[in-house]
Amino acid sequence: MIALPSPDRSVLARRHTVIADLQRLIGPAAVIVEPVRLKAYETDAFTAYKRLPLAVCLPNSTDQVSALLRYCSRHGIRVVPRAAGTSLSGGALPLEDAVVIGVSRLNRILEVSVEDRLIRVEAGVTNLAVTRAVEGEGFFYAPDPSSQIACMIAGNIAMNAGGAHCLKYGVTANNLLGVTLVAPDGEVVKLGGGHLDTPGYDWLGLICGSEGQLGIITEATLRILRAGEGARAMLVGFRATDVAAAAVADIIGSGIIPVALEFMDKPCIRACEDFAHAGYPLDAEALLIIEVEGDKSEQDALLARLETICRRHDPLTVRIARTAEESAAIWKGRKGAFGAVGRISPDYLCMDGTIPPAQLPEAMRRIEALSREYGLMVANVFHAGDGNLHPLILFDANDQESFARAEALGADILRLCIELGGCLTGEHGVGIEKRDLMPAQFSAADLAQQARVKRAFDPAWLLNPHKVFPPEFAKAA
Amino acid sequence: MGFSTLIAPSDETALSRAIAEAHAAGAPLAIRGNGTKDGLGRPVQAASVLTTRGLVGITLHSPSELVLAARAGTPVAEIEAALSAKGQHLIAEPPDLSALTGPGEGPQTIGGIVSCNLSGPRRIALGAMRDHVLGVRAVNGAGDVIRSGGRVLKNVTGLDLAKLLVGSRGTLAVLSEITLKVLPRPERTATVMLRGLDPARGIAALSAGLGSPYGVTGAAHLPPEAAAQAGFGERAATVLRLEDFADFIPRRAAALAAALAEFGPADILDEATSLALWRTVRDAVPLRVGEGEAVWRVSVRPSRGARLAAKVAEDVPARFMFDWGGGLVWVVGPATELAHRVVTEAVCAEHGTFWLVRAPPALRAAVPGLPEEPPALAALTRRVKEAFDPKGILNPGRIFAGV
Repeated sequence: MIALPSPDRSVLARRHTVIADLQRLIGPAAVIVEPVRLKAYETDAFTAYKRLPLAVCLPNSTDQVSALLRYCSRHGIRVVPRAAGTSLSGGALPLEDAVVIGVSRLNRILEVSVEDRLIRVEAGVTNLAVTRAVEGEGFFYAPDPSSQIACMIAGNIAMNAGGAHCLKYGVTANNLLGVTLVAPDGEVVKLGGGHLDTPGYDWLGLICGSEGQLGIITEATLRILRAGEGARAMLVGFRATDVAAAAVADIIGSGIIPVALEFMDKPCIRACEDFAHAGYPLDAEALLIIEVEGDKSEQDALLARLETICRRHDPLTVRIARTAEESAAIWKGRKGAFGAVGRISPDYLCMDGTIPPAQLPEAMRRIEALSREYGLMVANVFHAGDGNLHPLILFDANDQESFARAEALGADILRLCIELGGCLTGEHGVGIEKRDLMPAQFSAADLAQQARVKRAFDPAWLLNPHKVFPPEFAKAA
Repeated sequence: MGFSTLIAPSDETALSRAIAEAHAAGAPLAIRGNGTKDGLGRPVQAASVLTTRGLVGITLHSPSELVLAARAGTPVAEIEAALSAKGQHLIAEPPDLSALTGPGEGPQTIGGIVSCNLSGPRRIALGAMRDHVLGVRAVNGAGDVIRSGGRVLKNVTGLDLAKLLVGSRGTLAVLSEITLKVLPRPERTATVMLRGLDPARGIAALSAGLGSPYGVTGAAHLPPEAAAQAGFGERAATVLRLEDFADFIPRRAAALAAALAEFGPADILDEATSLALWRTVRDAVPLRVGEGEAVWRVSVRPSRGARLAAKVAEDVPARFMFDWGGGLVWVVGPATELAHRVVTEAVCAEHGTFWLVRAPPALRAAVPGLPEEPPALAALTRRVKEAFDPKGILNPGRIFAGV
């Protein structure tokens, strides 16, 4: 288990005063204090850790967020920002002595401009609602994390969310034009806007992926992209994982950048097939789902080229969709992958390390060996083109020993990713989950520099504390 | 430049030592590669100049992983040649602005391009230099070697200091090595060209093209004088680029031209003409800047580009060229404080931003080279500068006076 601090007793002793003050600032209806209602906020999608917060505030404007942060900073009260609570790394995990500030009531779409190819939204709008707001015009918002039905733009920005299509269209940082940020002292800062590059420091780049360490986002301007003429998928089953990995390298090396290039190993194929009956090849050790875009003739040409490349690797199965329906059938299993694995084992940890794609065969071999060593099943489903692995470690949450082993196995997998030239997290964030592994990736000088930047925004270290930074670096000014 | 000493470390250890010594002495350093971008910012007052020109060489190129790393002083041209040999290229198409800035003392370096976050026409479709920096190694103002990011395509581990350093023009840390995402070079390039449109109509055509599903990767409008400079005769040229596999291009070009029919008949330019055209647009050559002229690189919402230009032209004699679908407005005008004020006010009215990229040193010292930050943001700028460079020795005053 990752150590969480004991709460500040002086803050707990002031609980009633603090709550009365918060209610005065944003109205009693927007402050949640009853334990039974606070329960809904005790964790996020990293459910192994739970803490009831002091209170939850649901402001409905940037001014209210500003007033809350101004109050908390003046009174030395810790704050945990929250969007939809879908973090897989515990990024929104509350603390007993902290006020949760949630942006879920900031949910208005403010402007759509097809002419300028942007949308301006409040930060509690969901990822999918952004695409829904522009798809009638033939546009879409590119980052598409698996949680897109629920997850909110504030959380997407905090974690620099990716998705299945970022090999071609980039992650959140590449699709963000502007934000309204409320700094920890309550100051409201507007960064970027409706234009592209801003000379001077790249504040947007720094804020994106900063995991609620530097401020709370209340509004965002996002780039929207015109959808391609069409898309079609193919599925290829291989006899071995390293053969599939070699095919991935050949595809990228050929000059074709598919919009999606997804990989699944045998345990995952089986789970998905049992769940979705998508017709996945059960004899394959690994399969790739490859999607291309263009008009019909371009799709045909690209799929034919990809087939030629894959055929060089002696595949067991090659299935090329002829229609949108056949594409959807290919995707059906993949889209339900996490749910499917959840049917085999109700509890799993989802890792998120990234490796250089050339190391895929080595990574697969060693993850398999670690899985045997720890006696826990690991299913792999991930974005192969960019090397972002998602090993799912299956365990039994009712058995503390099994959970401890799963955590240790996860840490070993992440250390392996670093050893192979990669990193701890490609899209889920560090949060609480990977906090103590940070020194495996960064030197003391690297972390000290990051901590100085954090203190430039948050000198008292009140915002989302005990996350991202290992305790020895997380010190107030 | 009248610097008394030149420090040219040949590796990162020597770079770190040189900065640590300057830190101990509290002695400011002017940071540069080969000096091609000396004119892009406020003049720096420093007794010593520290150059990264000795840190050279490509340290990694893995075509199938779409990644290349090079030391900061490596010439951009050398990187482009190495990529080209493997059928790849730099995605953001960084410009060579020597037509505006003069030649410098040697070829522009990757450290310079990244430190200025300069991108070419492809920025509108595939992102800026900053979008493709996967990781950096750098030395901060205390002499510490720091790393951020890495060599993988997806990485959200810790604060993204790499993005902060890109575009910081040597004021936070000195880059020693940069890792970039690269892409396959398209097999074929073509251009759809419309003629005789005014800027507002031209930008509307660019917007329609960028809103089409045909994959436009360049969208520029050249008013008559710029079109003439680019070799197309004295009529405005509105140009949209397509890049992809050779067998896809003829159909796409025809479809795009048809989609833009309301803007008049289109010419389709072949590959050689297209490559030359986009190179000259990238490098801002059609501006044909002369003595006594300043250049502002303005970034606004595309739909406001034409209005901004009209507003500037009301008050000072000015010429323009529009890239990024109208969102990048190159403004050429007299190098005077009056012209600077006119541009600043027009940009402010349209909620955009600007960068004074060419002006005599006296004007660059006298006026802000980019919009002044509101107080809350200016305070963050100062604190973040201090977090990297506690004694303020790295390129002091380069971006903002006193920072």
